[in-house]
Amino acid sequence: MANLRIEHLNKRYGATKVLNDINLNIEDGEFVVLVGPSGCGKSTLLRMIAGLDGASGGDIHIAGKLVNALAPAERGIAMVFQSYALYPHMNVRKNMTFGLKFTGVPPTERERRVAEAARMLRLEELLDRYPRDLSGGQRQRVAIGRAIVREPAVFLFDEPLSNLDAALRVSTRVEIANLHRMLKSTIVYVTHDQVEAMTLADRIVVMNRGCIEQVGRPLDLYYAPANLFVAGFIGSPAMNFFEAKVERVESGCARVAGAGFRSFELSAPSLEVGDLLTVGVRPEHLGRGADGPFAVEGVVELVERLGESSFAYLRRADNRLFVAEVRGRQTPTPGERATLVAGARDVHVFDASGLRVSTQNEA
Amino acid sequence: MSGKQRARSFSVHLILIAYSLLAVGPILLVVMNSFKMRSAIFGAPLAPPDATTFSLIGYQKVFRTAHILTYYSNSLIVTLVSMALVLLFGAMAAWALTEYRFRGSTALALFLSIGIMVPIRLGSVAILNMMRSAGLNDTLTALILVYVAQGLPMSIFILSEFIQQIPKDLRDAARCDGVPEIRIFFEVVAPLLRPAIATVAVFTIVPIWNDLWFPLILTSSDTTHTVTLGVQQFLGQYITDWNSVLAALSMAILPVVVIYVILSRQLIAGLTSGAVK
Repeated sequence: MANLRIEHLNKRYGATKVLNDINLNIEDGEFVVLVGPSGCGKSTLLRMIAGLDGASGGDIHIAGKLVNALAPAERGIAMVFQSYALYPHMNVRKNMTFGLKFTGVPPTERERRVAEAARMLRLEELLDRYPRDLSGGQRQRVAIGRAIVREPAVFLFDEPLSNLDAALRVSTRVEIANLHRMLKSTIVYVTHDQVEAMTLADRIVVMNRGCIEQVGRPLDLYYAPANLFVAGFIGSPAMNFFEAKVERVESGCARVAGAGFRSFELSAPSLEVGDLLTVGVRPEHLGRGADGPFAVEGVVELVERLGESSFAYLRRADNRLFVAEVRGRQTPTPGERATLVAGARDVHVFDASGLRVSTQNEA
Repeated sequence: MSGKQRARSFSVHLILIAYSLLAVGPILLVVMNSFKMRSAIFGAPLAPPDATTFSLIGYQKVFRTAHILTYYSNSLIVTLVSMALVLLFGAMAAWALTEYRFRGSTALALFLSIGIMVPIRLGSVAILNMMRSAGLNDTLTALILVYVAQGLPMSIFILSEFIQQIPKDLRDAARCDGVPEIRIFFEVVAPLLRPAIATVAVFTIVPIWNDLWFPLILTSSDTTHTVTLGVQQFLGQYITDWNSVLAALSMAILPVVVIYVILSRQLIAGLTSGAVK
């Protein structure tokens, strides 16, 4: 069990900057998920924490100890790989004990740890099997077991669920959450799947192009994204964006107008006349009956039915598409004209540089 | 299968069968005639031995007159020790060159690949001088050293290709597990290289076992001769003892065939691995 501190971490391959001045503090026992599009540097960051890739600058502390110069095994970490990376020529038991031989764990202790991990992960019957005889989910559990028996200070997961099918992904996700509850260990988890991030994390780190865009609790990221990137990345389907402009300011109250939606009042003292804005509204916050300042009109073009709700794609006045989630059995029909409304709390406003504009509506 | 495809497949097989006959024919002829009397060898060279022509005289002579068992054990020692060293050092060098980036690693890889292109026999005179001044003249050690040098470049080249196919995650996982580098090589990488090692083993063994040149220039006494060289003593300038030559040659073929049969399953896996996932 340990905390993890990353300071001014940089990584360059030749002239390309892969990671740019990363600062991150992870508390003891915290479950942190690194999420971002592919190529954002999240896996590189994880490999640098593990010690598999060297840093071009900056420090990594694990449990208060500077580990920059330490080998992976000396850092007190255990890593679970996307490909599971089980030793194909060893059975499950040997896979789990192989590393322990070299770290001075006596045989009786090794057996005890394997037995405990096997019980926790329901692997008891599989201990004498070889990886080729296991299903994907079982292999993943063995990979996790191999990490557990090392009793590491920090667990590192590199997209552990992306090789599993959808049903297994959900059940393994629950198992990992349970595991964290039982072990109470520090976990750093990399994924590109925002559902995994939202469901598992104590805190989410959203990364983009080698930089951290925002760090926060899942619901904070959802309800108050710090910038356009996070707003568009978290949530599915993605947030609708509308280009807008400040028309008039009167005593801290700005009138925001744009193509395709009705202009509305916004209580944001920092805005000035002529400011270019982006207004964001999530599909699930657009409703027909709701009451609110934001209203957008469109013609239904396409409807995706999911069962408990449907996604309607509407074409608005400026000929762009936006999405609205419609709950209940009553699905809209294509060609129908609809006016959709969002409440004041659900309207996100971003300035020209993409940063969130704080409004008093949120309070 | 359409008629055109069938015709193509037929012609391909025809060529392959012709080639097989061409390759196997002489060997069959040698083995067949080694069991015949001298008069029958010349009288009807293409006929198989029958009740009247069957004779073991060649084998009897070989065992009586020559140090055939010494030659045999010399050949075995030289071949097996060379093979073991080529595989060990070849695999280790291939691992180092593919896994680690160090100053001069590219230059070293290029240097080693030159060994594939330049035949080692070009250096015969230099090798002879070196062995003589090292006091290794007329020893099996000299042969082993030469064969290791001859086999290494190709084995490094082939094994590097195979090592690159082993998933990187596996080595990373072992490193996270705290496995020392040398144990990663011997206990994680090497077991996965088995098919590749069988392939390299066959490619290494055959030319060494069949080599005549280096035993001829590097060994001079009966105690260090190999089988291929030993056979030569039956080939005289004026008289050739064909019974003995054919018997000795038949015996020389045997070990290579045995080793090939043992390794062939692995060999086929090695040659085709990577073709399908």
